Amino acid sequence: MDELLAGNKAARSRQARNRKRMRAARARQGFVRTLIQFAGELLITAGVVVLLFVVWELWWTNIDAGNTQQNAVSQFARNFQGPVTPAAPQPAGTPAKNYGPPVVMPAINSPGEVFGVAYIPRFGKDYSRPLVDGVARAQLDTLGLGRYESSTMPGGVGNFAVAGHRQTHGAVLDAIDTLVPGDKIYVQTRDGYYTYVFRNDQIVLPTQGDVLLPVPTQKNAKPTQRFMTLTSCNPRFGTQERIIAYAVMESWQPASAGPPAAIAAQVAANKSKG
Amino acid sequence: MYGWIFRHLPGPLWFRILTAALFIAASVLVLMQFVFPWFSQFNPINDSTIGGN
Repeated sequence: MDELLAGNKAARSRQARNRKRMRAARARQGFVRTLIQFAGELLITAGVVVLLFVVWELWWTNIDAGNTQQNAVSQFARNFQGPVTPAAPQPAGTPAKNYGPPVVMPAINSPGEVFGVAYIPRFGKDYSRPLVDGVARAQLDTLGLGRYESSTMPGGVGNFAVAGHRQTHGAVLDAIDTLVPGDKIYVQTRDGYYTYVFRNDQIVLPTQGDVLLPVPTQKNAKPTQRFMTLTSCNPRFGTQERIIAYAVMESWQPASAGPPAAIAAQVAANKSKG
Repeated sequence: MYGWIFRHLPGPLWFRILTAALFIAASVLVLMQFVFPWFSQFNPINDSTIGGN
């Protein structure tokens, strides 16, 4: 009996020792486990944040910039002096009224200032976006179409050059590749309406700055025409190249003459929203 | 980590769920409003200007 008890006691103490060892092992294991779990959760978090960034970039920036641009257009329309109904149509056969050489706004050169609105019916019949001075991120990421400050103002002899995002931040020039020769690009400033006609596009390397010259791509040429140049990213989601759209001014009419018939509805809509 | 945080939130279960949702919403807001716009300047994939830079 005593022997048995002694044996039991020994077994129990052995068990207790074993248990203690196991608990220590489990604690060690638990620590490694916690560490791995922590790292795993951090990695999952990083993945979610990256996904969220993609959502922000491809979706939210468009909404955000779209609102900013809408407000800028409305504000421009509110301050615009002039009728929003087009002049009564001329009887057929009479030549279009000639308003003489266009009035050109003095260059403003204050980045961030909205000086006009662009209407491009090919991009949608309600397409109207603000034209802002400057092509820094602060302008292109918010207001959309930025004027290269080295270029002329709308209507000027030389090159009126504008940059805009192909994707994200309003994607103002997403449809630039759909322009067809002959498409009209209307530019409205406080002085009036300038009608440019799209002529051709070109895909160039990002370093080819000569597309902004007074006569695009021709060094030291003396400009006699009124060009407009749009630059954007190419391909659509990349920046390996730039897509350039060239247009030439066709006609001009002062603000007092009302908008060209093709954009009159949109001009009036912007005014009523403003 | 998240389990630990959740266990250490005060209050009954529904309140902890609410607090957790609030924390998540706040972090998303901070990311979208401040972190991403700031980070965007290092992102070269949406430069649409030519020459100069």
